[in-house]
Amino acid sequence: MASNPPLPPAQSRDHASRAAVAETLRRIERLDPLVNAFTDVTAERANRAAEALDAGRATGPLAGVPFAVKNLFDIAGLPTRAGSRINRDRAPAERDSPLISRLEAAGAILVGALNMGEYAYDFTGENVHDGHCHNPHALDHMAGGSSSGAGAAVAAGLVPLALGSDTNGSIRVPAAFCGVFGLKPTFGRLSRAASFPFVTSLDHLGPFARSVRLLAGAYDAMQGPDADDPTCTARLPEPSVAQLDDGPGSLRIAVAGGYFATGGDADAYRAVAAVAAALGASRTIDIPEAARARAAAYLITASEGAALHLDRLRSRPADFDPAVRDRLIAGAMMPASWVNRAHRFRRWYGERFAELFKDVDIILAPSTPCRAPKLGQTTLVFGGQELPLRPNIGVYTQPISFAGLPVAAVPVFLDGGLPLGVQVIGAPWREDSVLRIAAFLEREGVAAAPIAALG
Amino acid sequence: MSDLQLEPLAALDETSARTLTRLMAPMLGIPLDPDWIETVVRNLTANAQVARLVLDFPLADELEPAAVFRL
Repeated sequence: MASNPPLPPAQSRDHASRAAVAETLRRIERLDPLVNAFTDVTAERANRAAEALDAGRATGPLAGVPFAVKNLFDIAGLPTRAGSRINRDRAPAERDSPLISRLEAAGAILVGALNMGEYAYDFTGENVHDGHCHNPHALDHMAGGSSSGAGAAVAAGLVPLALGSDTNGSIRVPAAFCGVFGLKPTFGRLSRAASFPFVTSLDHLGPFARSVRLLAGAYDAMQGPDADDPTCTARLPEPSVAQLDDGPGSLRIAVAGGYFATGGDADAYRAVAAVAAALGASRTIDIPEAARARAAAYLITASEGAALHLDRLRSRPADFDPAVRDRLIAGAMMPASWVNRAHRFRRWYGERFAELFKDVDIILAPSTPCRAPKLGQTTLVFGGQELPLRPNIGVYTQPISFAGLPVAAVPVFLDGGLPLGVQVIGAPWREDSVLRIAAFLEREGVAAAPIAALG
Repeated sequence: MSDLQLEPLAALDETSARTLTRLMAPMLGIPLDPDWIETVVRNLTANAQVARLVLDFPLADELEPAAVFRL
């Protein structure tokens, strides 16, 4: 019989968090130059937090877990650049985003801010100001955007947990391209206070993680009302971690057909089929008018994004990434009646989902129509046609966030190549269900987020 | 509503989009570099194309916008 391993010397136990932070900072220093996920490293702050943990002045369910945030989250003392050149001239933020504070209250340790597409109007992870973010599983490929640094930092093993935002797919796309778990909660679930906005009607914040347990633990820690965000729900926290081991149970699961099973690479549907097979889901359902939903989300994004940035377009248009600026200018010129119509359609579309969810609990769909494209690629083949890459990466994510639905984005490695993502979609406010399914898929080995081999 | 006879939507051609861009930029106070116009025009025509999908879908007058989602 093997003897018990010797206990570590008292001194090393007393310094466990400091040692872990030091190792994290070393790894970031060594590997981040390859992936370019970080734009700021908050080493001093991380060391202070680790000291507090080691001294027993802090603890919690996420004790000692290092995390980093997309650089649109306010971090006290840093200008919130939101991937832009213009915003770095802002005064440093005076306080932290409440989601950062809530993770820290649970014991997690902030180690830095992460690269992103300019003003979050991006699916590629390319950034002309801070340099492109690279996919850790293939450095000449895109990390996906706009939460590029969040996907890449987790996939590269720089941090096990990161925060991003998702307006039309900006959590689910990089989670798919980088092969990590992501959660886009229900619209209004997590506070958006002290984060730089993009599209008021569509913005969500959420976590990325290497495991579902950590994803759910972080999500649980961040829940709760916030008077500083008028869109944030008054619902009390509905913890998800306790149900992670429950398995699919009696949840009714279906695969989205039609629009969500057409046009993309065969591998995107193979990933969905692998997940459906593991769950024993054989039913297919039709989500009505998904193409129109995407169109409506597109109009609202262009218009509300333009309205947000109008003063910057009037004063510093040359300082934008041209690809972002020219879309915003066109968005500013759209008739308001088009956009209002899109909002009214959203109401109709949400009611269709309410009907669907009487009959089903979980819907599966691909996250993207393809694996991560090469950096610099500008077109993709979709439905046999060569189309502009940027808008079409979000073809499957956009109609889902438009209805505000919670989604666990699960990574699927089909073969030795780059990963794909599957959206596990639930009814509004049922994050517990999508996380339960994601945890089951992880246990079954169908979904996994391995650290990329970067040396 | 579906019982109304709707005038068909005209496509926004490039010439019209260019004119619209030149007229609207000053109304919005956006100083437009001539080099940017072609991309703005491309985005504007794409937006108009996308908008057709939304504008041609009949909706009841009672369907008011609400970004509220319930179980």
